[in-house]
Amino acid sequence: MLLTVFAAFAAAAVAPVLHRATGRRGATILAVVAAGITMYFAQAVGDLPRVERIDWAPALGLDLSFRLDGLSRLFALLITGIGSLILLYSGPYMAGHEFAGRLLALLLAFLGSMLGLVLAGNVLTLYVFWELTSVTSYLLIGFEHERPRARAAALQALIVTTTGGLAMLAGLVLLGQMAGSYDLAVIAGRAAALPADPRYPAVVVLVLAGAFTKSAQFPFHFWLPNAMEAPTPVSAYLHSSTMVKAGVYLLARLSPVLGGTALWFWSVSAAGAVTMIVGAAFALAQTEFKRILAYSTVSALGLITLLIGIGSDAAADAALAFLLAHAFYKGALFLVAGIVSHETGEKSVEKVGGLAGKMPMTAAAALLAALSMAGLPPFVGFVGKELAIEAALGAGSAAWVFAGLTVATGALLAGVAGAVGVAPFFAGPMRPAIAHEGPAALWIGPLVLGGLALCAGLAPGWTIGPLVESASAAVRGTAAGAGHASLGLWHGFTPTLMLGLTALVIGAAFYASRDRYRAAFAGWPEGASGSAAYAWAIDALQRIAYAQTRFLQGGSLRRYLRVTLGTAVVLIGTRLAGVELPDLSSGWRDLRLHEALLVASVGLAAATTTVSRSRLGAVAALGVVGYGVALIFVQFGAPDLAMTQFVIETLTVLLLVFALYRMPPKIPGKRRGWRWLDMAVAGAGGVMMTLLVLMALDVQIGASIAEYFLAHSLPDGHGRNVVNVILVDFRGADTMGEITVLGLAATGVYALLKLVPRDAP
Amino acid sequence: MNSVILRTVTRALTPALLLYSVVLLMAGHNNPGGGFVGGLVAASAFALYSIAYTVRVARRAVRVDPRTLIGGGLLVALSSGVLSLLAGVPFMTGLWTEVAIPGLGHLAVGTPVLFDIGVYLLVVGVALTILFPLTEK
Repeated sequence: MLLTVFAAFAAAAVAPVLHRATGRRGATILAVVAAGITMYFAQAVGDLPRVERIDWAPALGLDLSFRLDGLSRLFALLITGIGSLILLYSGPYMAGHEFAGRLLALLLAFLGSMLGLVLAGNVLTLYVFWELTSVTSYLLIGFEHERPRARAAALQALIVTTTGGLAMLAGLVLLGQMAGSYDLAVIAGRAAALPADPRYPAVVVLVLAGAFTKSAQFPFHFWLPNAMEAPTPVSAYLHSSTMVKAGVYLLARLSPVLGGTALWFWSVSAAGAVTMIVGAAFALAQTEFKRILAYSTVSALGLITLLIGIGSDAAADAALAFLLAHAFYKGALFLVAGIVSHETGEKSVEKVGGLAGKMPMTAAAALLAALSMAGLPPFVGFVGKELAIEAALGAGSAAWVFAGLTVATGALLAGVAGAVGVAPFFAGPMRPAIAHEGPAALWIGPLVLGGLALCAGLAPGWTIGPLVESASAAVRGTAAGAGHASLGLWHGFTPTLMLGLTALVIGAAFYASRDRYRAAFAGWPEGASGSAAYAWAIDALQRIAYAQTRFLQGGSLRRYLRVTLGTAVVLIGTRLAGVELPDLSSGWRDLRLHEALLVASVGLAAATTTVSRSRLGAVAALGVVGYGVALIFVQFGAPDLAMTQFVIETLTVLLLVFALYRMPPKIPGKRRGWRWLDMAVAGAGGVMMTLLVLMALDVQIGASIAEYFLAHSLPDGHGRNVVNVILVDFRGADTMGEITVLGLAATGVYALLKLVPRDAP
Repeated sequence: MNSVILRTVTRALTPALLLYSVVLLMAGHNNPGGGFVGGLVAASAFALYSIAYTVRVARRAVRVDPRTLIGGGLLVALSSGVLSLLAGVPFMTGLWTEVAIPGLGHLAVGTPVLFDIGVYLLVVGVALTILFPLTEK
């Protein structure tokens, strides 16, 4: 199982090379790899759950643990199965594209990340893969990186999903602390005690923030339609059938842990209900193929979220059956949309019509998918819709509201299905004239998915039945096999059937009047809520960044010094307040004449530095201060320090002289007020440093460490110079860090020096 | 700076300073010194050279770009730590061996010495990377 994740990443690593070596066949080979992984999960029926574990950082409770149960298996099959169809499709779709190999690599890297996410048996592992899917999604949306719109959409998706992801991390860490373990199985075992914990509401809110942003729930839905800037295979894969379902997966996974409370029920189901109706309403108003599909995906995700929120057994079955149905038809429709725009050059449903004659295979796939989406029997979409309505009817006090909204959504989506999957192929005269059928590798994927939608609908009991049942058992938190998912086509003349038929009839009306509907919607600001708030927040962030940069990074060295010194004085000073000074009265008696003279000359030189009107004079005086300090080191038996100080001082003076060489010779005068302020800041800095050093004299930090160094320097470090042994051996890792910083700083200085314009003085 | 006195003195001083810097580096483990101060002394030797003979000549005398020394020094320091990994002990664990030098006795050689050499190279590189462009017209 672990091997499958590694295999996907390994395939991603070799994808560009393979593509270069084999050309278009590369995509086919990679599709076979993905199909192989699908086979693994298809045969992994018995002895679930399976667990594999690699210790990572055991001290932190962090391990790469993977767990395969019914829910993971359903998702893994979707991810790898659709993934292989997408890879197959990408070959001809991206043919001749400069970076086709990169796209394949990213798709496989995403496949591996997504697989890791659904197999994770530990919330921290889950989080790592969760963010990996966000990153690969970012790279894939911005794949055509030369278009500013693609870059902006990629960044927006990344910011929205990772902001939610960070909140989720906080929630998962809290959850881990509450349950005393980060292992999902252990957490699930302690689920009963969780709702009573005072931290429970915070966990729910934080985790939902992650799930809702990832699965594009209202009001965070706006990034998903914008993500349609990605190449079509990416939209079909990430942004309809897999990645956006990660949030739903998380909800389903945590439903037995966090569910069952009023807070969970209302927040999850309300968010889902609003999202599904808003998404469906916007979907019908669009004219671009991919935007229609994106909004209908938002709507479908809303429905799944609603069902998970309702949380009954029937709702769990319905959520998973609908999830499968949606993956089939939406994946197919996206791929169809890609073929149409690839072979006609048109992106709008209004610009094409009657394509069935020229593109029979594509039209067949589109028809199968659209009928399933509309919820017509005997397609799996019908099965999913029936289960959903039934689950909504059983949702207690809110039953009629949820059922009504579900029917309305079903009606709108039926209209959308007609607009996007039927009208372009079967309505109106054939246009545009250049339309032609694409190669088999393009239409085989959607045709397979459409066929699956039909087969799964004809015999749901023995196709998707077992899959849904074992997944649903995991969501309900019961043992597999105890469930009794009633997947079937015909249940008699039930209220559910009547509601489903009502939705179809209204849907037909929506389809017939879709032009008027679009016209009515034309003036509406699309996705007004979320995207406006996003734009405002990003704008505010930039304003704050500019303001604080102007304040802190003004470019004037004096201001830098004032801010740095002033901050240090305030921060350290407040900590030092109240600490007693050591008794210094006895120290003065040993002071000898030459020592006193040395200290006096250092003081004099320091004073000269501050009053000198010539830069060169100031630098020379500063050099005297440095050498004087070095002499003090010599006096008190610190030869290492003294030696370093001498050389550093020499080099510093040299550097300063050369730097001053490029500046005007006189120090420009300052206004009186600033002079006083600078004096105060400098004086305070000096006083604080003096106090700090004096107090440091008195601090006893367990003598053992110094003794340890002295005792072990020669036998363990092979050196009598303890200072040096500490630097290169005992605390070598510190030195490593310091020299790295030194090297980076020098590189930065070099860059700044080379930045000076040629005509500067 | 075109001064005969400075150039004559520099010609004698630079090799002496460079030699001294190596002595500091090598002696550092038992006596005052070490890679850091050794590197600084070597850098000041080249700084003196650049003042006496122009930066162009000094750059030629260093032979490699100072920036390469920064990277090289870091690499040497890092490799001294990686050697421990290869030997199967934690990163940067000191490894020591005694080498017999005929007529001089035994010399302890270990990865911390290699680390110090890395520090030395990096410090020379850092100082000269900053100093040379400043001195150039």
